Amino acid sequence: MSAVAEQTGAWLEHFTNQPPAPAWLQTLRDAAFARFAALGFPNTHNEEWRFTNVSAIARTAFTPSAPDALLVYPESVKKLAPAEAEAHLARHAAFDRNAFVALNTAFLGNVTVLEIPRGVVVEQPIEITYEVPELPVAQALLPAVSRLVSTPVRERDTESKASVGRSADAAGTSACATVTHPRILILVGANAQCTIVETYKGTGTYFTNAVTEIVVGDRAVVDHYKVQQETVNAFHIATLEATIGRSAAFASHSISLGGALVRNDVNATLSEGSDATLNGLYIVNGTQHVDNHTMIDHTMPHGTSHELYKGILDGKAHAVFNGKIIVRKDAQKTDSKQTNKNLVLSDDAVVDTKPELQIFADDVRCTHGATIGQLDGEALFYLQSRGIGKSQARSLLTYAFAQDVVDRIKVQSLRDSLERILFEKFHEHAE
Amino acid sequence: MALLEIKDLHAKVGDREILQGINLTVNAGEVHAIMGPNGSGKSTLAQVLAGRDIYVVTGGSVTYDGKDLLAMAPEDRAREGIFLAFQYPVEIPGVSNMYFLKAALNTIRQHRGIDELDAMDFLNVVRDKMQIMKMDQTLLNRPVNAGFSGGEKKRNEIFQMAVLEPRLAVLDETDSGLDIDALRVVAAGVNAMRDPERAMIVVTHYQRLLSEIVPDFVHVLAEGRIVKSGGKELALELEAEGYADLYEEPEAVGKV
Repeated sequence: MSAVAEQTGAWLEHFTNQPPAPAWLQTLRDAAFARFAALGFPNTHNEEWRFTNVSAIARTAFTPSAPDALLVYPESVKKLAPAEAEAHLARHAAFDRNAFVALNTAFLGNVTVLEIPRGVVVEQPIEITYEVPELPVAQALLPAVSRLVSTPVRERDTESKASVGRSADAAGTSACATVTHPRILILVGANAQCTIVETYKGTGTYFTNAVTEIVVGDRAVVDHYKVQQETVNAFHIATLEATIGRSAAFASHSISLGGALVRNDVNATLSEGSDATLNGLYIVNGTQHVDNHTMIDHTMPHGTSHELYKGILDGKAHAVFNGKIIVRKDAQKTDSKQTNKNLVLSDDAVVDTKPELQIFADDVRCTHGATIGQLDGEALFYLQSRGIGKSQARSLLTYAFAQDVVDRIKVQSLRDSLERILFEKFHEHAE
Repeated sequence: MALLEIKDLHAKVGDREILQGINLTVNAGEVHAIMGPNGSGKSTLAQVLAGRDIYVVTGGSVTYDGKDLLAMAPEDRAREGIFLAFQYPVEIPGVSNMYFLKAALNTIRQHRGIDELDAMDFLNVVRDKMQIMKMDQTLLNRPVNAGFSGGEKKRNEIFQMAVLEPRLAVLDETDSGLDIDALRVVAAGVNAMRDPERAMIVVTHYQRLLSEIVPDFVHVLAEGRIVKSGGKELALELEAEGYADLYEEPEAVGKV
């Protein structure tokens, strides 16, 4: 218990220093913080966190900072005050088992709450962007040596980035890395339709602890995209929780590119005849660590779910995929398919992939498959035999590996920018 | 000077020695057919010439246009004008045929010191060649060979050859799996490429392709060696008599 208390001590101080909130919100925050204090940060003995060591987060003293969401949405979307969404806020993303969700909820303040009214079709994507700003140089995390040596600001800045970049642990010594707890709640009315694009980026070393709740009304159609482009020094822990109504369709596309230590939880709860699509693409290099945990809960009959997660690993990167699918006893005629494919470009990258099927109904179809492979030697030779250089052939095949996930992105501008990012990434790798 | 000179070529895959001393000279303008039963080393020879690294050359030499071919990377061989039409063309999902072929053509053009083509010029170049191969233009936008029928894959190989204009084309069992109509289309594509400056090595199991693509020379490969060479009539002989007699003969000689 004392270890937990030690970790949570600094958080308690920040928690109690928050400006007062309305009673209902304070009650929620109190309950969440109590839960966080009881749980403490997970360690690797916790099965859910077996491959993801968050001790670097636990031992860092972060300075809280209010999340600053840049919102772009058409007029047909209503922005609500948190109080107007009391019935839903923190009712979907449970904080009783996940310490990070509890922590986010304990610091619940700047919540972005959007409502898509019943029957409204929002054609333009709703864009929500969180960008952690660069700290003023005086506050920025600098290694001790560069603080003593007097050098021009620009150089010092570069040097600090380079040295921090070596390892996620470097953040552990920082006294001024910030933490934000972005929080989004989207209420989609029955028969409504919308597309949501969440983007996370920033500068320097920081910790993003995000929670998004989406309530998909009956027969509604929701496409959700998350683009995680944090810096390679950042911690990013996020939970997306979707509650999907009857005959509604929800799709999540999780694109994870940045971050030193990243954990994405995507949880979808289906009802009768719901359809859930969970796509993911993670690209990691250096010492990056990315953990994708998904959970698809079929609670009622005739639900369908399709899951495709693909990863490209280079350097000493580590990727974790854990895909849980629950088919409850009432969820007859469930049709579920899960695929995780990993392309490993180096000898030192590591993949841990695990399907986790819990099936309590007897008339269901559930398939799953996972692969970890290297570039296909035969395909490489085929390209080379046509005059294409080996490095270009490698980058072409790597790009091609990600192509089917990219093709599923329906937002043209997002697909274009992702294609550009991928092209640059693999071109760089090829040089 | 011969375009291609293979001398006492030995190659193995794993522990198995497949090529056991191949000798072959090919001059520009010639079409050589290499026939032989399954497992005789025909495809290995084709793949070794293109530079597939799973085959290890253990002896001998290959001189192409005066250069040591075996010292060159596969892409450099292609840029120098060698083309292998694969027996089993590889499917590459996620890469469009058009992107792939344009990248290949421009790399080769760059190597030859010719200007690269933009998308418009490229389309003009490929349009005619697709017509010769009776290929639908939509194939350009599809991923390389992915979901192509057997015949489409083989036609795509010859189409690529027509676009890349090699100096030495090696056709590995281009006839296998083709019905007679498709075979004629493929053969017409190949025949349109015959040129005094260009040589071809046509690897095949059956004579039937050789009535469409008439070779100047026919060689019989058995157990990793060329056991018999002759003119185009040798192919007909083989068709009538089969391989058995032909390659048991030198075997017997060798045992004496």
